[in-house]
Amino acid sequence: MGIIKTDKLVFEYIRRDEEGNVEGITRAVDEVDLDVKQGDFIAILGHNGSGKSTLAKHINAILYPTEGTVWVDGMDTQDESRLWDIRQEAGMVFQNPDNQIIGQVVEEDVGFGPENMGVPTKEIWERVEESLKAVGMYEYRKHSPNKLSGGQKQRVSIAGVIAMHPKCIILDEPTAMLDPNGRKEVVRAVRALNDVEGITIVLITHYMEEIIHADMVFVMDKGHIAMEGTPREIFSRVEELKELRLDVPQVTLLAYELKQSGMDLPDGILTIEELTEALAAKYEVM
Amino acid sequence: MSLILDHVNYIYGGDTALAVHALKDINLVIPDGQFIGLIGHTGSGKSTLVQHLNGLIKPTSGSIYYNGEDIHAQDYDKKKLRSKVGLVFQYPEHQLFEIDVFKDVCFGPKNLGLSRQETELRAYAALKQVGLEDEYFYQSPFDLSGGQKRRVAIAGVLAMKPEILILDEPTAGLDPKGRDEILDQIAQLKEETGITVILVSHSMEDVAKYVERIIVMNQGSILYDDVPREVFKHYKELEQVGLAAPQVTYIMQALAGRGIPVRTDVTTIEEARQEICSKFLQK
Amino acid sequence: MIRDITLGQYYQADSVIHKLDPRVKLTATLGFIISLFVVQSWIGYVAAAVFLAVVIKLSKVPFGYMVKGMKAIVFILMITVVFNLFLTPGEPLVTLWKLTITKEGARTAAMMAVRLSFLIVGSSVMTLTTTPNSLTDGLEKLMRPLKIFKVPVHEVAMMMSIALRFIPILLEETDKIMKAQIARGADFESGNLIKKARAMVPLLVPLFISAFRRANDLAMAMEARCYRGGENRTKMKPLQYKGRDRIAYGVLFAYFAGCVLIRVYL
Repeated sequence: MGIIKTDKLVFEYIRRDEEGNVEGITRAVDEVDLDVKQGDFIAILGHNGSGKSTLAKHINAILYPTEGTVWVDGMDTQDESRLWDIRQEAGMVFQNPDNQIIGQVVEEDVGFGPENMGVPTKEIWERVEESLKAVGMYEYRKHSPNKLSGGQKQRVSIAGVIAMHPKCIILDEPTAMLDPNGRKEVVRAVRALNDVEGITIVLITHYMEEIIHADMVFVMDKGHIAMEGTPREIFSRVEELKELRLDVPQVTLLAYELKQSGMDLPDGILTIEELTEALAAKYEVM
Repeated sequence: MSLILDHVNYIYGGDTALAVHALKDINLVIPDGQFIGLIGHTGSGKSTLVQHLNGLIKPTSGSIYYNGEDIHAQDYDKKKLRSKVGLVFQYPEHQLFEIDVFKDVCFGPKNLGLSRQETELRAYAALKQVGLEDEYFYQSPFDLSGGQKRRVAIAGVLAMKPEILILDEPTAGLDPKGRDEILDQIAQLKEETGITVILVSHSMEDVAKYVERIIVMNQGSILYDDVPREVFKHYKELEQVGLAAPQVTYIMQALAGRGIPVRTDVTTIEEARQEICSKFLQK
Repeated sequence: MIRDITLGQYYQADSVIHKLDPRVKLTATLGFIISLFVVQSWIGYVAAAVFLAVVIKLSKVPFGYMVKGMKAIVFILMITVVFNLFLTPGEPLVTLWKLTITKEGARTAAMMAVRLSFLIVGSSVMTLTTTPNSLTDGLEKLMRPLKIFKVPVHEVAMMMSIALRFIPILLEETDKIMKAQIARGADFESGNLIKKARAMVPLLVPLFISAFRRANDLAMAMEARCYRGGENRTKMKPLQYKGRDRIAYGVLFAYFAGCVLIRVYL
């Protein structure tokens, strides 16, 4: 069993009208089977309302399945006695950087998780230092979070999770509210955690360029997994992605359009280098 | 009929050492009917600049003229100006407050002192312009999806019948399809009504497809002000200020570098496709 | 416009008063305020003035900066003085038209003025030299005995510190929503009181919605980071008394004892 595993996970919620009468039932997550290996970097894609955030909240035991089971490191999330172990092992970073920073000073915020876990004071300081260094925010430790840029705030949030020494981190659209520079900062920090510290990463996003380096990509639609595979496999299915309200990086799209015009190119081109290589090779032999 | 900025400076924080020179000597002419992209990274001054255009912020020095009149003159009607220069803020759905969508859109025209009939006609037309279906008109705006809320908020400004529509990051937080839908809708609106549109964004790829002129801001100054293909030629300089040309620019540069004689000043995927195909066919 | 309001204006400086444990400062402020009511004679106020002057000097906060913060309450001070001056019965001193200033009135007014300004300067020394965070920490620790009476001390302290964190964010948001509504032709300035109150609706509704959304998000983020109340929680920056704190308590005790002695013997 992997670090995160779900078995036929279903989540339903009841919609009510203004008087509180039941209007209907929405199935936000529909029979999802997921198995994430320790140390993997996986990405979950999907348009707004596809159920990807709801799925993410199950991994941290913020939501509980209506049907099916979720295991984190072998622990069933419905087992109340393991609740705090699960939340410590599966850290979560949310979308809005302002609404998840509790401390008024960067270092105090990073210490919040360890404080809650009852870590001794001396060790909290060690953890805060190493976590802030891991995301490159150590020199800002005495700053007020209000004075930081969006990308910096998200890195502080990530440090706050790392300080809890989790085995995996779930990031729920951490870049949706950031500008391109902030997005790059955050993705770089996340990749480093995966490469250097070996922390399992579940990145939820709708920006395609952020998932090129993922080990596995899951595309969600209407609560279920509509596509899964490596980034290359996913990106070679341009038509399907478009139908699912997603887009592909311009280089992949151009390669696809060129193929449609009759050019013979390999599937799932992800980088500018790959496209240039392929075209240059063709141009020379012509 | 135009908006002119003449040596506009804006400094905040007073005379203290903390004073910030947010806008530095901005000179701009915005003629009728243009589709403009205003690009810059966070903190470049682009949001401050657009708030000058409808008189929300008064410049520290310099003047702004709308249709020839100084908007900060003593007897100038600011309310009228704000109806003519419509500004849609970032995350505009955060300003919705009425019990139903239709009432919310009526807020703007009602403030202008229009008759009830005129107000409702305008609200209806505005909601149609943003492509919201009738079935949502009497729902609470808070029950709509993110994309729909944003349309309602944009309609709230359109209902004032502005001559210039400024949208600050209209696609922030939307998914790719939602983003394309909003931008297509704005382009269509521009097409149909001939309104001047200023699209504020930090994404070159988003605006390249639509606009005819790009103004790039950096550290409170205008860095470039030209047609997209000219602006993107400076892709190396753009990178230095934390921006990037669309990926397609880099592709064409890379191909040219490998000896394929393609034009490097294309701005969209479609142009790139045609250019590459034609070069391969020639050979 | 709205951002000009500053709350808990902390003045950054490296002084012995800044370094004191917040519990010492809280106790001292309370002790000082009580002492102002204990002493009744001029000599007592001289003692209080000397004590306050020494503390201000030690705090390295410029006196001008401290007085600037007092401007807002000058009005309240004036009213108190005027009321006491004219409305205290006793031996007439001066008569102006229908108003009489009595000897007792003049005395009480002067005393009230001195008391109030000492009280305000005294407590602002505390807020100027203590970060809001350590203030809440200090309060939490001092109030701990109240737990026996089921007072949720930790929760109150946590609420205070969250409020302090979100005040600047919500002020900024208010500014933004206000501008957005002005751009839609809203008018927050003109009209009578009722019209003005009604004009606030387009500002307050979005603000409340946003505050609730933030509260919701924050609660979720806190739970995700294993927050479960004050039980078994450790502190990153635990409060520990040091030598200087004990000395400060000693000085405070000596001052207070002095005040009591002045009251009894002079």
